[in-house]
Amino acid sequence: MSKMHLMPKHWGNNSMAQARTGQIIVADKLTAGYKNKVIWEDATFSVAAGEFVGVLGQNGAGKTTLFRLLMGLMNPIEGKIKLLGESPKRGNPKVGYVPQRRSVNDSMTIEALELVRLGLSGNRWGFSGESTARVERTRAMEALKSVDAESLANRSLGSLSGGELQRVFLAQALVGDVDLLLLDEPLANLDVRREVDLVRIINDVVKSRGVTVMLIAHDLNPLLPVLDRVIYLANGKLATGTPKEVVTTKSLSALYGAPIEVLRDSKGRVAVLGVEEVAHHE
Amino acid sequence: MNSILASVSNSGFSLNIWTDLTNMWQYAFIRNAFEAGTIIAVVAGVVGYFVVIRRLSFAAHALSHAGFAGAAGAVLLSLNPLLGLMAFTSAGGLAMAALGRKAAARDAQIGIVLAFMLGLGVLFISLYKGYATEAYSLLFGEILGISRGDVIVTLIAGIIVLAVMAVIYRPLLFSSLDEDVAEARGVPVLGLGIVFLLIVAVTTSIAVQVVGVLLIFALLVTPAAIAERLSRRPASGIAISVGMALFSTWFGLFIAYYQPYPVSFFITSLVFVVYLLTRLVPRLSFRKPETTLPAKVLDEV
Repeated sequence: MSKMHLMPKHWGNNSMAQARTGQIIVADKLTAGYKNKVIWEDATFSVAAGEFVGVLGQNGAGKTTLFRLLMGLMNPIEGKIKLLGESPKRGNPKVGYVPQRRSVNDSMTIEALELVRLGLSGNRWGFSGESTARVERTRAMEALKSVDAESLANRSLGSLSGGELQRVFLAQALVGDVDLLLLDEPLANLDVRREVDLVRIINDVVKSRGVTVMLIAHDLNPLLPVLDRVIYLANGKLATGTPKEVVTTKSLSALYGAPIEVLRDSKGRVAVLGVEEVAHHE
Repeated sequence: MNSILASVSNSGFSLNIWTDLTNMWQYAFIRNAFEAGTIIAVVAGVVGYFVVIRRLSFAAHALSHAGFAGAAGAVLLSLNPLLGLMAFTSAGGLAMAALGRKAAARDAQIGIVLAFMLGLGVLFISLYKGYATEAYSLLFGEILGISRGDVIVTLIAGIIVLAVMAVIYRPLLFSSLDEDVAEARGVPVLGLGIVFLLIVAVTTSIAVQVVGVLLIFALLVTPAAIAERLSRRPASGIAISVGMALFSTWFGLFIAYYQPYPVSFFITSLVFVVYLLTRLVPRLSFRKPETTLPAKVLDEV
């Protein structure tokens, strides 16, 4: 708790109690966790439609827990959460999800298009006819096009690189015309160029389709130019603010419990450095 | 049983396939073998595809061993071995589902159940007088000894399995390829896992009649593994898997009619040769050479 005073006072204010139109998520005094372990508590926040939100916090701070709540995979211990005006329910077709780890491995020979197609109809029982299959494949192809991954459609999953796979997963999450995209560390294990490429593609989707994106990340640098807002989990609390408010040396150091330097250059660009990196540059 | 076969196949192989088939068809046990073999090949081809993409080969192997104990117990009690097979493989499937959720964590547990079941089977077989023949046909299959009653039980089991597979096809595919997303999208992944293990149990039980406990991979895994290498789409993959299982069963039976050697040897050898071909001939596996990809994609690799 001692670190919380470092965060700006207006974070976590409760203006969200009166839901404005255009707000896709409204949470009121929300407490999350498991039977005998509270992960974070008393969170009041909202997310507006079309926002690009970064979700930050140390490992174990409850970032994925927030996603599980939004997907209806777990219930809040206390408080209320509304998604598109309703309590979150499992299997909501309006929510697209890209989990952190995936079971896709080198030996998978099934093509990317088929995986994307499952995002459309994989939860339905019974067979689909030939005409349905054709419609589904066309829509899966469109989703792949929207993330610049058309050329990957007929490649086997096992032959795709990390960056290519992330685009295929993104297409799968988008294929059903979603309103909210939940991306759990999509930038992990990508090199700098792929990170920037993927962020650009995600941002294009946010802007062109009006999809709300919540993205869990540890490296802020590729995200800083596009984030509208940051949600921030630390010390059992959830806070939110604009990147300008959150991305400061003080608050990031408090958040990760380690010295972090935020640098601004003459053009107003921001870079975030861990201490080891600062030491390295000196 | 192959001595019976040798005594009846006195007409010899001619180049006229029609005459050959007509000659074979006179014998009821050959007809039974073809009918049961066909049903089993179709079912094993479909189910096997999911066994392979879910990486459950070892589990299927273990289930067949549980079936060995069940069948040996049934023989001991003078019951139909097929019933013993079904009872024990199903119980084994449920036990596996209960022991651990993630397939990766199941390795040791499955091995433990497998060894115990095989041991139990050995005990039952030793308690039974007709030790050698019964043990041999359970371990290596005895398709030429299939009765009319077995064909009917096989047909009923096959229809049930295929009907269930038709209903759960898409959610099962989703949870096999992408479990976490499938769960988030409302697919009951845990329940499907249990149902599928029961399906594998029933499929194993009927397939044991053809290739036996020890050679179960020949029908349940190899045809599907060939299909996985040859196709990038699940629907065509399943079709290839069924086709391979049918080809090896029919052709294996046909060859065995003219040879004194066991049918299961020919079935396992045929699928093995095709599998080797798919590995040795790179073009067969349709892996596009990297140079045919657009420069942009190449750049990404």
